Formats: sequence, C-alpha cells, structure tokens
Amino acid sequence: MAKITMREAISQALMEEMDRDPAVFIMGEEVGVWGGTYAVTKGFYDKYGAARVKDTPIAENAIIGGAIGAAMVGQRPIAELMTINFGFSAMDYIINQAPKLHYMFGGQFTLPLVIRAVGGGGRQLGATHSQTPDAIFAHFPGLKVVSPGTPEDAKGLLKSAIRSNDPILFIEHATMYQVRGEVPDGEYTIPIGKSKVQRAGKDVTIVTYCKGLELSMKAADELAKQGIEVEVVDLRTLRPLDMEPVIESFKKTNRAVVVEEGWKSYGVGSEIASRIYEEAFDYVDAPIIRVAQKEVPLPYNRTLEQAALPQVADITAAVKEVLK
Amino acid sequence: MKKEQQLDLYYQMVLIRRLEERGAELYQAGKIGGFMHLYIGQEAVSTGLIAAREPRDRVITAYRDHGVALNCGISANEVMAELLGKATGMSKGKGGSMHMADTSKNMWGGHAIVGGHLPIASGFAIGDQYAGNDNITICMFGDGATNIGYFHEALNLSKTWGLRVLWVCENNQYGMGTAVNRASAVDEIRRKAEGYGMKNSEVDGMDVMKVYDAAKEALNFVRNESQPYLLEIDTYRFRGHSMGDPERYRKAEEVKKWQENDPIGIFNKQLLEKKVATAKVLDEIEARAEAEVVKAVEFAEASPEPAMAELFTDIYAD
Repeated sequence: MAKITMREAISQALMEEMDRDPAVFIMGEEVGVWGGTYAVTKGFYDKYGAARVKDTPIAENAIIGGAIGAAMVGQRPIAELMTINFGFSAMDYIINQAPKLHYMFGGQFTLPLVIRAVGGGGRQLGATHSQTPDAIFAHFPGLKVVSPGTPEDAKGLLKSAIRSNDPILFIEHATMYQVRGEVPDGEYTIPIGKSKVQRAGKDVTIVTYCKGLELSMKAADELAKQGIEVEVVDLRTLRPLDMEPVIESFKKTNRAVVVEEGWKSYGVGSEIASRIYEEAFDYVDAPIIRVAQKEVPLPYNRTLEQAALPQVADITAAVKEVLK
Repeated sequence: MKKEQQLDLYYQMVLIRRLEERGAELYQAGKIGGFMHLYIGQEAVSTGLIAAREPRDRVITAYRDHGVALNCGISANEVMAELLGKATGMSKGKGGSMHMADTSKNMWGGHAIVGGHLPIASGFAIGDQYAGNDNITICMFGDGATNIGYFHEALNLSKTWGLRVLWVCENNQYGMGTAVNRASAVDEIRRKAEGYGMKNSEVDGMDVMKVYDAAKEALNFVRNESQPYLLEIDTYRFRGHSMGDPERYRKAEEVKKWQENDPIGIFNKQLLEKKVATAKVLDEIEARAEAEVVKAVEFAEASPEPAMAELFTDIYAD
C-alpha cells in the first residue's frame, strides 16, 4: 500500500486508463499546456500530445456538448470543468442532454462520458466560485454522480467511471487535493453505486461523502476520546444511491446525523433522512439531524466563509444531540 | 444526376408531403401527441442535401425531422409508428415526433432544444477527427438557432479545430413566429460564418437540384480541406411552426406567394421539361408514395404499445 495524495490518485487513474484504452482522451480549459488548473494533468500534454489532451476555448457548451458528441460516436472523452460552478453555463448538456439521450432514443445512443468537476467552498473565492451543488445534479435520472472522499476511492471510482458506458459527473473537492491516503498497489477498480462503511461504530451513524467524510472522520476521532463510537457511512456515489449500508448501520445504532457541504434545504441530507424514515421508521430512536452549509451565498471573508461551512464541532454537537 | 436518382428524389419529396399530411390528420384526431412540426414546403432542402452525402456522413437535425428521417432511409412505417408512440418506432415510442434517429442509417436525431445539437455535432466531428477518418457531420438547424450561444461556441470550435462539419442553416424566414430581421442582427445568416473565417454560401431551397449541387460542392470542400462550411438554404414552411400555431405573424398573401413556388411543383415541372419523365410516370410515383403512407398508417395503427417494462429500460447502458 502506497500513501499518496488525492491529486496523485486522480492523476494516476487518468494516466492508467489513457495507457489502457486509446479511445480515452481529455478535453477542457487549460488541461494541456498549462497542466490543469489544479495540476491534475501536469505532464499529460508532453506524454500524450495535443490530440489526446485537448485545450479548449473557454466555452462550456462546446466542451460538454462536444464531449457528448464524441462519446456518441464511440470515443471515451473525459471533459474537465475547471469548476463545477462553470458547469452551470453548460447545464443543458449536463442535466438535459447527457442523461436523456440513451433513454429518449430507445437505447440507440450510448454516452461513455466522464465529466470531471471541481467543487466545494473554503478557498475564499466568493459566492459564484465556491458552491457544492451536488444535489442538483443528483436529481436527474440518467446521470450518475460520483464524489469520493479518499484517494483510494477517487482512483478506483474514476477508473470505473472511465470504463462505464454511461455519462458520469465526477465531483472532486477543491480543498482535498493534498489529502493523503493509502491506495492498493497495482490495478484495481471500485464499483460505482456502492456506499461504504469507512469507520465502524455502534452508537450513532454518520452518513456523508466527499469533504463531509474528512470532517466526519475527525469528529469521530474526537468523539471516540469521549467514549462515543460513531459509524461513518460514505455514500461515494449520489446517484444511483446505495442505501443498504446506511440502513444496515442505522438498524444497529438507531440514530443518525447526515453531513454534507451543500445547503441543507432540498439537499443530500434531506434525501437520506427521508429514506431512513421510509425504510427504517421502526428503528428510529431520535430525530435525524442534518449538518450542512448555512443558507447564504458563500462570502469571501475567511471568518465568515468558515462560519457558513459545516465544521467538525457542528458534527460532534449533532452527534451528542441525537444521543440525548 | 442519373434519371433514376432524380425520380427517386421526386418520390422522397412526395413521400414526405403525403406522410405529413396524413400525420396532421392523425394529430387532429388525437392519435399523435406532443408537439409536431411539419416540414411541408421545405422538402427540397433535406432531400437535395442528403442525396449529396456519402453513406458514412452523419446527419443531425432539429425537431422538424420527419423529412430528414425519411431522406436518410428510415422507413415510413417506423416514422409513423414513432409518431403514434408505438413499440415499433425507431426510438420504441419514447422519443416521438421531435426525436427520430437511426444510427444504422447515420441519422443521429431529431433534437428539440433550439441550437443544443450544434455543439454535439461538433462532438461527432471531434470523434471522427480523433478516429482519423474523413466522415463529415451534416448539421441542420433553423435560422432561429443562429441567435443562441450554442451556435457561436460550436462554429468557433469547428473552425479552430478544423472539424469536418457542414453547417446547414434552413432559413425558413421565421423562428417560431418571429421574422428573421426581428431576431437576428444580420438577416443574411451566412454572414455570421464570416466572423469565424468560415467559408459559406447561400442557395435557393425550393429547387432540389440547386440544393443538391450546392451541397455537393460544400461537402467536397469540407472533406478535402478538413474545414467546416456554412450553407444557408432559403426556404419556407407552408404550415404553422407546429400544429398549434395561430399564424398571426404572417399574411395569407405571403404564404400564398411562396406556395406558388412549391418545391414539388417546381421539380415536377423540371422533370417534364427536361423530359426525364412523362406525366404518367410522375403520377405513378405519386401513387406509390401515397400507397406507402397508407401502408405505414396501417402498420403503425396495428403495432403494439410499448411494454410497461420499457418505462424502466435504457435509463443507463450499464
């Protein structure tokens, strides 16, 4: 097991899949000569050349629409959105075209397409550049939405995404590229649409993903020192959603906190809480609490920004609340 | 062009006309749902254009797609079945009037978001460029689609990357009910290509042979030069924008004036004058098209509804 960063894990996944399959290519803003805005594709342009690492104009409709077209005719493009916020400029393609084209034409078109997007707050980029809008995208049948929280999952899930024949939005977090973690040596993939227990416990179930996982694992460490054993279930894929490990854990603990970085209203936490109430109502011993972003556009000022984002202390407080 | 091919083009144009006339009746009878946009008046455009392509060239168009589907070789049976939402339609009754495609005929839809299919057309050409072949993507769209951002992103990319796309603007003078000069800063659409340094031309879309010749020339350019090209084809729809159009925006005299230039009538006259066919032969062709439509309606009416299980199939490929 090697210990590598999230950036290295994603980069390795891309490189391994490009080496394995000549149909795989990358297109996006500054992915080539620049080496990627977050340096994920550093060195790719020199290794694979301009035909496989395509620098595009700043034109999200051309990028995502173009990648959809190339996928429909048999290539396996990986389109990069410099930030998920720029994806709003190409919303028609992400939510209205890619998820529909297979179904609406009776299965004639397949879209082996990955859209990599960098999301999340905490880098003082102001309200339009800092969002965690994952729930919006997860609303649409036909799209798969993946958002890993560890280097191991990032690498294995991205490799699966590139091999998949469906359109997949792969959401990375802007503050997590330096997160380190162990990854298996050699070739491996992780199936899309499978939640995972990242930490075992018996007292409270925390359901989370991506940045929420990092925060929840820290909260779990603190709570353990106080004698509270939380079980952390990482969704990893938001659509299709795998509730089995969540329900299984909840039936054991009877108490849950859902942690996400996006806004609370109409969010991932709302969906998870509803599903628990629907599928395991008889096991509920306390109201489920959602920990999420405050309902404000994210401010630039660091103190204000951090006050709006969910923190470890919010999670520990929520766990204690459901244990009351 | 050989006599047989000219007569086949005549057959295709009459087939489109008859099928859509019958379609309009079925729509009014409540057997066809949703939106339905008729191609009547514009038949020479896709008939001449698609006759000029190689079978390996891809065609993608907007929602006014019944004629394009027939020209690409999709059967009248399947078009009618899809209109009626039947399991035997090429999209299994899940797409309807605006979403007709058959990849085996290189007909890639039928897309109903105005302008939305233009970047996808660029994408086809990216895929073909990446694969190293010289296939051309023929992308058809209306004048109304040239005022939205997609058009400009797609044209810019196609020229910057040297993509083999033939952009075909079917200028039927109105984007829904808004005349071109009320919506576009330039009413000669082809001039928009000049902003991207893209070669372009304009042709009379009521004359199928003129469309064919212009398309041949444009396709040769695209194939040989590895460059996109914009062809503006002037035409007119004789019916409303869709079946529910009150047509308050244009005068009956204007429609009548264009109808005197009926593309089928013009071609009929040409074939007689050039002695390609006698009136009797053309009558027989018309009767054959009529019979094909009657058969298609029977086929579609007798076809089964999609199975309820279809509701949950093809959401994902994996």
